[in-house]
Amino acid sequence: MYKYDQYDQAMVDARVEDFRDQVRRRIAGDMNDDQFKPLRLKNGLYLQLHAYMLRVAIPYGTLDSRQLRKLAEIARKYDRGYGHFTTRQNLQYHWIKLEDAPDILAELATVEMHAIQTSGESIRNISADQYAGAAADEICDPRPWAELLRQATSFHPEFSYLPRKFKICVIAAPADRAALRWHDCALRIVRNEAGEEGFEVYAGGGMGRTPFIAYKIRDFCPAAQIFSYIQAILRVWNLHARRDNIHKQRMKILVHDLGEEEFRRQVEEVFQHFLTLETDFPQAEYDRIAAYFTPPPFETGLPDDIDRSDPEFALWVDHQVVAHKAPGYAIANISLKPIGGIGGDATAEQMEVVADLAERYSFDEVRVTHAQNLVLPHVRKQDLYAVWQALHEAGLADANLDLVTDVIACPGLDYCTLANARSIPVAQKIQRRFAEMERQLDLGELKIKISGCINACGHHHAGHIGILGVDRKGTENYQLLLGGSGAEDTTQAKITGPGFDEDGVVDAVERAIERYRELRDPGERFIDTYRRVGLDAFKEAIYG
Amino acid sequence: MRLLTGNDLKTGAVIWWTGRDWSVHVEDAADAGEHGEAILAAEEGARRVNGGYMIDAVDTAQGPRPAHIKDRIRARGPTVRLDLNLKPADPAAGDWVI
Repeated sequence: MYKYDQYDQAMVDARVEDFRDQVRRRIAGDMNDDQFKPLRLKNGLYLQLHAYMLRVAIPYGTLDSRQLRKLAEIARKYDRGYGHFTTRQNLQYHWIKLEDAPDILAELATVEMHAIQTSGESIRNISADQYAGAAADEICDPRPWAELLRQATSFHPEFSYLPRKFKICVIAAPADRAALRWHDCALRIVRNEAGEEGFEVYAGGGMGRTPFIAYKIRDFCPAAQIFSYIQAILRVWNLHARRDNIHKQRMKILVHDLGEEEFRRQVEEVFQHFLTLETDFPQAEYDRIAAYFTPPPFETGLPDDIDRSDPEFALWVDHQVVAHKAPGYAIANISLKPIGGIGGDATAEQMEVVADLAERYSFDEVRVTHAQNLVLPHVRKQDLYAVWQALHEAGLADANLDLVTDVIACPGLDYCTLANARSIPVAQKIQRRFAEMERQLDLGELKIKISGCINACGHHHAGHIGILGVDRKGTENYQLLLGGSGAEDTTQAKITGPGFDEDGVVDAVERAIERYRELRDPGERFIDTYRRVGLDAFKEAIYG
Repeated sequence: MRLLTGNDLKTGAVIWWTGRDWSVHVEDAADAGEHGEAILAAEEGARRVNGGYMIDAVDTAQGPRPAHIKDRIRARGPTVRLDLNLKPADPAAGDWVI
């Protein structure tokens, strides 16, 4: 994985000292909150319900054991012994003191981490396929491109005061495990007929109060020109964005207002201009970055068999382990969704267990998924049992990946100052309702996603079943949505009808799921049945 | 009744105006009446509170209870981590919030 050079380290260290001085001035009264707020947000520091919240960037969801141990240490030393992995592959601490924030950032800098551009009107953490570099179906590792774009866009003056936040995602496989088309700018690495690598480019996606699925703006952009193309997209948005209205500032609104063809035309025009400026990455720079992502030294001649004599382990293998590109290796998913727990939360001790396992069994790599789980990307199949035993002991061995209890939920009103309703208790009730493993297995892949407000951090628009918490005259109320997807078959969920209270929405979810069981054809997932029969068939069951 | 609340500048902790000072316990909160805005302006200027605002609350035998669930959660802590609440041993904490 990427290692900071002297420039990276100097920039991050300087930023820490800048912020230390800004915090000192705020506490001393030399700045008021209006002056200080934009500065703290540029360093990922929010003020939430109970304390300050620090959002730490995990570029393209990749960590090593040293970094994960540092996150654990910070959780223990400065927070309350845990952290929350988010739907953007980041980590949030919810109990931070302002006076500690500079020291925390300084500690992060010692392991090449920071919180820069995790908030504010900037290019946020660039997300990627969590199986990058390991997936059997990828054509290359997308992370060198993500890293190049991260470097090129960090502190870039044109992108420092964007109209609104801007989210980029990079994948390199036909399967979409990263909710690609729900991003402002989505890149899929493909090969053209000549065998050259380039990018399918999608633009204008996003969730929030006005959801749009990104459309394909270009079938093939040569790899060597991608930065020009992204600059062109950003330039068109920067020039025309609705800076007068916070609800209209995201690029998806501009794309929608201009229309697909006109937006594409303008981007192509500006793209031609950027090509003349020769601002793209030289091949040598790509090669320099790519060298950090050289595949680990996989052993050859390893056995592909897995001893499945322990049934609990066999169940875990069936649901948490997926194919690796190297024979004898596997990708092991770690569930952060224990029944009745808090999705995405990991204690400092659990982080340390995962760090130890990564160091010992996974070439020192850990990944964070947008579904708020973790991944050990490179595990020898013969080591899976030992990994599972350690995870089991740490309470991390649930076998529910992509099942009904693998619920995505934002922090909601329990933590977030923007939220209108709590998300986590609804997720917990759904988990308990469907906890029986036999029932989960019978239902198969079923993705439930819950947001506590229209900002949609819980990805409710992309849930096979989505739940949106709203405030109805001071009371929590939940809208039910069906039919969304964040995978390669991306669709936007539709609202079923009137909302429910907390227990009512859990009952409604169960009625929708029972309807699916009645209607499904053999082999159909919930989303397949929904698409075949339509919303009305489910509404009857939900509302009677 | 009307309460003044905000977050402690240095720690971010939720705090409530007691009539003379700030407390982390909502039970200590006093009715700010018509003077809330003036108090907030002075207290924010003195850097004793950050992001302050006024809320409606009901005066009960157990003390003030904020009218909106968001402020009740702020007063006690996350409903899903009672161990992190100000009164983790209080069995009635959940009922008070919800």
